[in-house]
Amino acid sequence: MKLLRNAAWVCLAVVVIASAAAPWLAPAGYAMQSRDSFAAPPSHEHWLGTDDLGRDRFARLIYGTRISLLLAPAAALLSTLLAVLVGGLAGYMGGFWEKAAVGINDLFLSLPWLFLLITVRAMLPLDASPLTSVALTFLVLGLLGWTSAARVLCASAKTLRSSDFLRQARAAGLPASRLFWVHVVPNLRPVLAAQFWISIPVFILSEANLSILGLGVPEPMPSWGSLLRELEGLVSFREEPWKFVPLIVLVAVVTSFQLILSDREQVVA
Amino acid sequence: MSRIRVSALTLALLLATLPITAQSGNEIHFCLRSEPKTFNPLKVDDDASLAVRYLTGGVLVRVNRKSQTVEGELADSWKLSKDARQITLKLRRNVRFSDGTPFSAEDVAFTVQRLMDPELHSPTGDAFRSGPGQVVTKIISPAEISITFPAPVIGLDRLLDQVALMSAHSPKKEMAVLGPFMVADYKAGASLHMVRNPNYWKHDAQGHSLPYLDGIVLDIQSNRDVELLRFQRGELDLINSLDSEYYEKLASASPGVVHDAGPSLDSEQMWFNEVAKAPIADYKKAWFRSTTFRMAISEAINREDLCRIVFRGHARPAIGAISPANRFWFNSKLSATPYNPDAALKLLSSAGFYMDHGVLRDAQGRAVEFSIITNSGSRSRERMIVLMQQDLQRIGIKVSVATLDFPALIERITQTFDYDAALLGLTNTDLDPDGQMNVWLSSAENHQWNPQQKTPETAWEGEIDELMHAQASNPDNAKRKKSFDRVQEIVLQQNPFLYLITKNALSAVSTRVRGADPVAVNPQTYWNIEFWTVQK
Repeated sequence: MKLLRNAAWVCLAVVVIASAAAPWLAPAGYAMQSRDSFAAPPSHEHWLGTDDLGRDRFARLIYGTRISLLLAPAAALLSTLLAVLVGGLAGYMGGFWEKAAVGINDLFLSLPWLFLLITVRAMLPLDASPLTSVALTFLVLGLLGWTSAARVLCASAKTLRSSDFLRQARAAGLPASRLFWVHVVPNLRPVLAAQFWISIPVFILSEANLSILGLGVPEPMPSWGSLLRELEGLVSFREEPWKFVPLIVLVAVVTSFQLILSDREQVVA
Repeated sequence: MSRIRVSALTLALLLATLPITAQSGNEIHFCLRSEPKTFNPLKVDDDASLAVRYLTGGVLVRVNRKSQTVEGELADSWKLSKDARQITLKLRRNVRFSDGTPFSAEDVAFTVQRLMDPELHSPTGDAFRSGPGQVVTKIISPAEISITFPAPVIGLDRLLDQVALMSAHSPKKEMAVLGPFMVADYKAGASLHMVRNPNYWKHDAQGHSLPYLDGIVLDIQSNRDVELLRFQRGELDLINSLDSEYYEKLASASPGVVHDAGPSLDSEQMWFNEVAKAPIADYKKAWFRSTTFRMAISEAINREDLCRIVFRGHARPAIGAISPANRFWFNSKLSATPYNPDAALKLLSSAGFYMDHGVLRDAQGRAVEFSIITNSGSRSRERMIVLMQQDLQRIGIKVSVATLDFPALIERITQTFDYDAALLGLTNTDLDPDGQMNVWLSSAENHQWNPQQKTPETAWEGEIDELMHAQASNPDNAKRKKSFDRVQEIVLQQNPFLYLITKNALSAVSTRVRGADPVAVNPQTYWNIEFWTVQK
């Protein structure tokens, strides 16, 4: 298990370093079109070949990794913060607030996610730059993706509510806000961390889903989702195996996150 | 959310649950991409019902999809009056509907009356409504009838190609047909089984009854990946309309099954939002309403690359509103706008635009930037925009891409007008320009760049209005063509639509099918299905 965990850390480190070094590893950039060598197989010049528009697939992969790996944690952080505010606070306060928060949570959980995302995406401004658009996409994901974490945090905060140390702090006359931020939230940290790590692969996959539907990161900016769209209609692995590299990287990163997360869960337990 | 991420699994499960149907007997299999909405041939308004009507309906005259000429079917001969208001038809004798009911002039009169019944709301009938008043049918004899319209109907004989005749007396109503096949079984959402019409009137040169096939099984299948895989597994005999990507895939595996029939009637075009009340910046409206700006953009787009890269050579630069596949109506004096970024820059500088460190600016110093919207899920359109992005970047214009789901896109281009430019395709089913009145008239809803104008906002739109009305009221086809040639010229000069590419008609037909001869006009592949045979 330890070996696997270390391998996961190494895998993530390699991916992060490669994406950070993208401008040096792929100086031509992700949008450069070589119109005379489109859909080309791997070569010395293009390690993973070129896509249907003649863009270097390796460059697109590492730049896409950069976008997905930067913004998915940001969205995860936002959703975790929202989860603390809604779930943590409701669990701590109890009574009407808890019921209201659970109701809102249930309402959000029952919403058809995909259609909601499509609707929100359609409302975004059309002339936004690709960078703004991708940031907005992840912002939307973060704003909509807090519900599962909120439910867990609500339950955890509820168990803390009647704990001895909180009773003592309350008896000492500490104000409610200080009690929550100084005594409750730090005790929720292991759960928060777990929820944060869980959310990252979920948001990566959500963006990939949106991109597969053509609604994720706008062209020409790459993301894992848009790279995976190349697999649409591919019937055989042997046909063009290099097209599977983005999928392999995605699976490796998500698996690494899961391995690290399971390690952290054991620590929490 | 990870639940969404199941497309590949769904596809695999779907395939696993599909029946592995061995090809049997003298039947062929292919797919309808949606459920037929009706079996009433007069109410047809969707592609699936159109296919059913083509395969089952008997018509008075048929436009030969290959020669594009009008040929007699259930009408032996016909005569049009000079004022294009009346047609007199002599009918074939000894013809019976599929249930054995005899066919006569009474059935033609019944069909025409039903077609023109305002309560039926027949989309096919709309094309015949040229003016107020009643349509009069006069049965001269059981095999001769005259139909008189209250106002001239241009291209009347061609329009009859769309009218499948119904029986006035059969208890089976619309299920009694005169076409080569009849519906035998329909499983909603799954399949449609047709068998040969035993009473079909047509024979081959040797006197054998047509059709040669015993039946057709039409599976209702909207997923094109599944359709392709099933074709590759030998479960389907044809794919009627193929994307260039799928065409290439099939061609590399089995070159004998794919057919490229040359330019189709379908094109892809882009247009700028010229609506006066559109909620976009005034300076952008000024750019978009400038003919010089539109012409420059058109010249800066490399159409050859769009055809070569996006459509893998199975398309050609579009010339205008009419495809070269439409032999009679295409204005052969016109040619596609050549790619010339230098000329585009010259044009733009003549209109006050200038380059500033690689950025094009207008006379007021504003950087030229706009977005192009298209529907999500269309890989070819997204790729076209990405190529155009780079083309326009060369002349200093920044283009952003926005893909929207279809309802949101339609809302923007028809209701809110909150967009800069749009890229969509046009599917033409009608060869006659009369079918494009709803696009070219300035008052029309589909006059996309600036719809529903009370009076034409520009002189050239006024001229197009006049020319379209002139061609729609003149029974002389030569004069009509002259008018419509001029419309095509104006469109090419003014670029309200920037026609980009004309797609080729691509299809796939199994090697066991004999007699297939795909053409550019719909239905591209099975237009002559009554002559098809299968190798057992």
